[in-house]
Amino acid sequence: MNLLPWTIYVSFAGSFLALVAGARSAAAARWTALATAVAATTLTFLAARDFVPGSSLQTLVNVPWIAGLGVNYHLAVDGISLTLLVLTGLAATAGILFSWNIEERPGEFFALFLALIGGVYGVFLSADVFVLFVFYEIAIVPKYFLIAIWGSTNREYGAMKLVLYSFAGSSLVLAGMIWAYAAGGATGFGLAQLAEAAVHLPFPEQVAVFALLFTGFATLAGMFPLHTWAPTGHVAAPTAASMLLAGVVMKLGAYGCLRVAMPLFPDAFLYCQPVIAWLAVVGIVYAGCIALVQEDFKFVIGYSSVSHMGFVLLGLAAATPLALAGAVLQMFSHGVIAGLLFAVVGRMVYERTHTRRLADLKAMPLHRLLPFAAVIFVVAGLASLGLPGFSGFPAELSILIGTWQENPLWAVVAALGIIVAGAFTLRVIQVSFFGTTNLAAIAAAGNHPLPPITRAEKAGALLLIAATLYVGLKPDVLLDWIVPALQSPVFQAVMKGGNP
Amino acid sequence: MSTPYGELLIALRPEICLVGGALAVLAVDLPKNSRSAQTRLHLSVALGLLALAAAYAWGLNAGVPGPLFGGVLSLDMLGQATRAGVLGLAVLTLGITAGTSRLRHPAELVAMILLATAGFTLMAVAQQLLLAFLALESASLSLYVLAGFDKTRPESAEAGLKYFLFGGVSAAFLLFGFSLIYGLTGSIELPVISTQLALTGPSPLLVVALVMILVGFGYKAAAAPFHLWAPDVYEGAPASSAALIASASKLAGLALFVRLLWPGFGAASGSLAGAAGWLPVVVMISAASILLGNFAALAQRNVRRLLAYSAIAHAGALLIGVIAAGLIGPGALYYYALTYGLATVGAFGVIAVVERSGRCQDITDLAGLRARSPLLAGCLFVFVLSLAGIPPLAGFVGKFVVFTGALQMDGISSSAGWLAVLAIAMSAVALYYYLIILKQALVVPAKDTTPIKVPAPAALALLSAAALIVLFGLWPSLLLGLFQ
Amino acid sequence: MNSLPLLSLIVFAPWAGAVVLAFVGRHVGANANRTITLVSSLSTLVLAGVALASFDPSAIGYQFTERHAWINTLNVNYHLGLDGLSLLLVLLTGIISPLCLLASWRVGRCPRAFGMLFLLLQGAALGVFLALDFFHWFVFWELSLVPAFFLIKIWGGPGASRAAYQFVIYTLAGGACMLLGFAALYVATGTLNFTELAQMAAAGELAPKLATLGTFWPQVVFVGVLLGLAVKVPLFPFHTWLPPAYAEAPTGVSMFLTGVMSKMGVYGFLRILWPLFPEPLHAAAPCLLWLALGGVVLGAFAAMKQTDLKRMVAYSSINHLSYCLLALFAVAGASKPDAAAAALSGTLLQMFNHGLSAAALFACVGIIEARSGGPRGLNDFGGLRTVTPLFAGFCGIAMFSSLGLPGLNGFVGEFLIFRGVFGLAPWAAGVACLGLLATALFLLTFWQRVFHGPVAAGVAAFRDLDRVEFLTLLPLVILMFLLGVLPQIVIALFNPLVTAWAANLP
Repeated sequence: MNLLPWTIYVSFAGSFLALVAGARSAAAARWTALATAVAATTLTFLAARDFVPGSSLQTLVNVPWIAGLGVNYHLAVDGISLTLLVLTGLAATAGILFSWNIEERPGEFFALFLALIGGVYGVFLSADVFVLFVFYEIAIVPKYFLIAIWGSTNREYGAMKLVLYSFAGSSLVLAGMIWAYAAGGATGFGLAQLAEAAVHLPFPEQVAVFALLFTGFATLAGMFPLHTWAPTGHVAAPTAASMLLAGVVMKLGAYGCLRVAMPLFPDAFLYCQPVIAWLAVVGIVYAGCIALVQEDFKFVIGYSSVSHMGFVLLGLAAATPLALAGAVLQMFSHGVIAGLLFAVVGRMVYERTHTRRLADLKAMPLHRLLPFAAVIFVVAGLASLGLPGFSGFPAELSILIGTWQENPLWAVVAALGIIVAGAFTLRVIQVSFFGTTNLAAIAAAGNHPLPPITRAEKAGALLLIAATLYVGLKPDVLLDWIVPALQSPVFQAVMKGGNP
Repeated sequence: MSTPYGELLIALRPEICLVGGALAVLAVDLPKNSRSAQTRLHLSVALGLLALAAAYAWGLNAGVPGPLFGGVLSLDMLGQATRAGVLGLAVLTLGITAGTSRLRHPAELVAMILLATAGFTLMAVAQQLLLAFLALESASLSLYVLAGFDKTRPESAEAGLKYFLFGGVSAAFLLFGFSLIYGLTGSIELPVISTQLALTGPSPLLVVALVMILVGFGYKAAAAPFHLWAPDVYEGAPASSAALIASASKLAGLALFVRLLWPGFGAASGSLAGAAGWLPVVVMISAASILLGNFAALAQRNVRRLLAYSAIAHAGALLIGVIAAGLIGPGALYYYALTYGLATVGAFGVIAVVERSGRCQDITDLAGLRARSPLLAGCLFVFVLSLAGIPPLAGFVGKFVVFTGALQMDGISSSAGWLAVLAIAMSAVALYYYLIILKQALVVPAKDTTPIKVPAPAALALLSAAALIVLFGLWPSLLLGLFQ
Repeated sequence: MNSLPLLSLIVFAPWAGAVVLAFVGRHVGANANRTITLVSSLSTLVLAGVALASFDPSAIGYQFTERHAWINTLNVNYHLGLDGLSLLLVLLTGIISPLCLLASWRVGRCPRAFGMLFLLLQGAALGVFLALDFFHWFVFWELSLVPAFFLIKIWGGPGASRAAYQFVIYTLAGGACMLLGFAALYVATGTLNFTELAQMAAAGELAPKLATLGTFWPQVVFVGVLLGLAVKVPLFPFHTWLPPAYAEAPTGVSMFLTGVMSKMGVYGFLRILWPLFPEPLHAAAPCLLWLALGGVVLGAFAAMKQTDLKRMVAYSSINHLSYCLLALFAVAGASKPDAAAAALSGTLLQMFNHGLSAAALFACVGIIEARSGGPRGLNDFGGLRTVTPLFAGFCGIAMFSSLGLPGLNGFVGEFLIFRGVFGLAPWAAGVACLGLLATALFLLTFWQRVFHGPVAAGVAAFRDLDRVEFLTLLPLVILMFLLGVLPQIVIALFNPLVTAWAANLP
């Protein structure tokens, strides 16, 4: 179990090594990066093998850090964190595979990528809110450079918008965190200590601090109406960065809500619950409708990410045991699937056709030119709309059941969102890959093939598909970790004691 | 048994080293025509470093901590730490100086830096109004000269003159305020003043005195609305002078300020709830600085002016530290000021080195720094992010402890609480212009791709500053623990 | 308890065939691909035959059950089971699927992909008929849409994209409603298993549990599940996706869609909606009866108006499927055991028979289309009887079977339905007769315009059935005669089951 903190250190060390290796050659940089990511993923899987699901956080490291503030360098893990750690490992490995052909400043690219990963691992392992915040912010700066240097459409604007929104969100969290600490007279910044201090605050203050914390974290999770950075930023980002941003980094926000905001202020959360739930369901449907009318392939995927994160937030808002379990499962599922979708759009299609406009793609018989990509995209799209057999289905089913237990109306609107998701996903599959029915063009396409899908790209895609299939057919592999973790008294306080 | 004067001399060993060093530098440089400019520069810098090292090794831990010489000096933790910090920053400045473009008067420059540092170290321990003023002025005079040192550029002369005029006026305000305090309390020693103020209640004359003192210090700290000198001085002064002005003088000035305000005028502080006293005024100044500094910086195209406005914004945040020192002590403020100083010295150092290869005034002059000198780009990355307050760098921890202290004073609904929230909110705005700098340095391709060669002393200085920022960020207890 | 997981084999054998095609197919020729597909598809018939041999019709309840724990958090089990209804439909699938493949033998474009998708579709349909827990039942239900979408879109006619899209969206939307309904059911009962839920409903415990959801939410649950199934059958007015989809799909796929996929919807009504929601169904029966009638009558009349032969057959499918639902709703609406038994028998029999006859009709239209090179309008042909007598004979038999001529299989089912409905809701039976009339009209028009009369210009060169086409139609024709004369063969499979249902009516 004590292998897990090494995922952080290995990632940062690898980041530095990749920077150095990049000075020698691109190949050295990318192999270093891949080795690092695989090492960290292996560590996670090894730890997962020995993991005994329990209801409380299992401490890995706990040393005093800033004595004056009562901050300890406290790392811990439970089933929820472990699920997300596995996701990070998979997404990181796949992301590096999909960036295999980066030629411009490869050392710096992989260094920034691995630094981002290290920060993400840190957030999922932190049990002290100060440490969590530090890792959260460490993850912000690499995002800017990844997008601004290697991105595509409107990259400088997209990068700045994404980073400023993230930072603004984290500023809200900082304010809330310090407020809770100072006003509650906490002895330190550990989760338990802050929780103890939080109850000393008068209720209106509790609501205010909760609102700060939740809004701050939810901005990063792309909650309506603070979501506008997400499509712009993800579209501007290079493929691997989009995969990571939509797949993993957005989950940091949801994780923060679940780990920090909700358990610290359960009463305030229950007070704000209807607002959060309605914003979440509106986000699901609204983002889905916007995705339906997009003309840029990548924007469709960007908006679909916002829509799926709406499901996560709905699950969190409903706060029944099944809804929360479904939310965490959906975090994993969407992380993998979003990675796949961006990989296909960014790497497989855009790199080769140099266009993302659906009107242009429609004229090309892409299913003939890029058959592997077509299959992967269809599979990813179906997984994304929650087709049973893939990981999205048990997640969405759990969220629907859990939400119905809390307020059936929310579940009904969410189901509407599923229909919209089906519509836009099918539309984009159809138009992009199977758009033309001109048989002559299709036949002619055989003579002008596009560069084939590389082995690295195939490996990345298959890795992610295997993950989503495995979890879709056997969701218990993750639910056995998540459900016990949700039985801790901390989360029980959040749930109103709904039926299991 | 040591006489009071013996005690004084022991306590003042750093100043003695520094002044002696300045004189030595000037003396050694007398046969100036027989040596090349490079040799003269290196010799002066070497002697200067020697003096600083001697001051540190021999001068600190000198004497018995506590009030000395009848309460004129106070060798408490704040004093010792500030002295050490100032000396360190001066070392870094000298390192950068060794890397600047050719100077016609290197010895004079080094001597002025040493003299200014002597003033700073004296400011750090002053516990008496007269000594405080003396130290402040001697440091400031040196700084005026330093600001106007570059005779080849009219902006430098303008900077020096502006700095001098503003400084002179503010010194007048300060002195007037001090004399009023003397009149009200009958003493110039801070402990006595503080007991006297506790006895006498508020009076209009006290208010006037406090306001005048605040004006004086506000100017020193470059806080709005006394900030007008800062952009021009930062833009016009030679880079190494600007480095010293922005870093060490802030550290020393704030140490003196906090010593004056909290133990000294503490009784007249009023309260955050608005009772009459200097606290509400400081709150207002702080808020004004934060707002003005951040918003004005957004519009800047000149990198030095941008740093100046960001300095104004940081001054506002540092003033929050001053406010919070009433509850949590000066540790947080010291940490923030020192690490801010390190980052600023570093930033100006990078600018100084870039100036060797051409002008560095516009932000776009930094374009493609990464290709031209990865070392400079990497160091600039660390410095700017520390200024922006991104963990795990020291700038973040500094802001964090200061804001936490402020919120602990009276809760969020107090004015200190609102200030902290304002500062946090503005830090998002600040990130924008800091990222603009980094964007030029790291993202945008170079307009002119000639590589920049970084001289060894400057490289050493920049790397040390960066390393210290990272070190203090990861182990804040190294500094914060001093004050616990 | 069988040691061999027969039902799992039935479901997954076609998928195994698809996997084989995926890896091996690229290296062998087109005919080899088609053969592999055909063989994999035949596996269903073989395995169903094995099941038939060991099947005991008099045992009410499920046989060959397989039950393993799967997802503990959601109380989901991997549960397959076979009773008379499922066996009937599995046999139907086993018969129809190879014939669909034979009808698609000449498809030139990428037969490997076609075969893979078709086998996926077949396996999914079998899964629907055998699954007894909502989780994997829904997996198969939705999964069947994917190959259908691609089969229609890629190998279909000019309007195929739009038709496929509409088809999938409709079904997905219905699926989402059903998903919501079952989510609520889980909240109320804590299980998603059909058998457990049916037991609860039979014991009268389900309705009170549902009532805990709130005042009007139980109705929402019922409507959700109803909508999901209604779209699939389809029930008027949710049928608008069907004519374009059936018309644009390639022949083999149309045969499967009408022969098997539409039965998934009716199966759902019988397996899920009726056992779980007897009272809401009873309450809604009059309204639903009218909708079914609408389908019957309007389907037939719309078919009359068509000039495209394929669309005509598509509309007639709506008509015939609505008979099944008519009977079911009539049974739910009233409660007389004799009539109910007759109606239910008729429904099941009609499902089987319609599968055969509609598939045959689509095959015939496909042959016409292949011969003419595209056009398949009502008025494009004439006098085919003289040019292609064998084909005319087979097609005629199919048509008359669909019409319900005594002696052919269609008659028995329709007769039982009408007899049952007449006993339960006489007025409905009367209105439905209009449908019969209209059906007769359009089928005879088809017969007359296409096969009789002067030989049309482009028709003279038509060749008669070749070997593959002959093999496609022959089994269907034989079965039509056989079941027309000896319907007991099939009725014996489900008679006890139907009797039990009728006896347990509230």
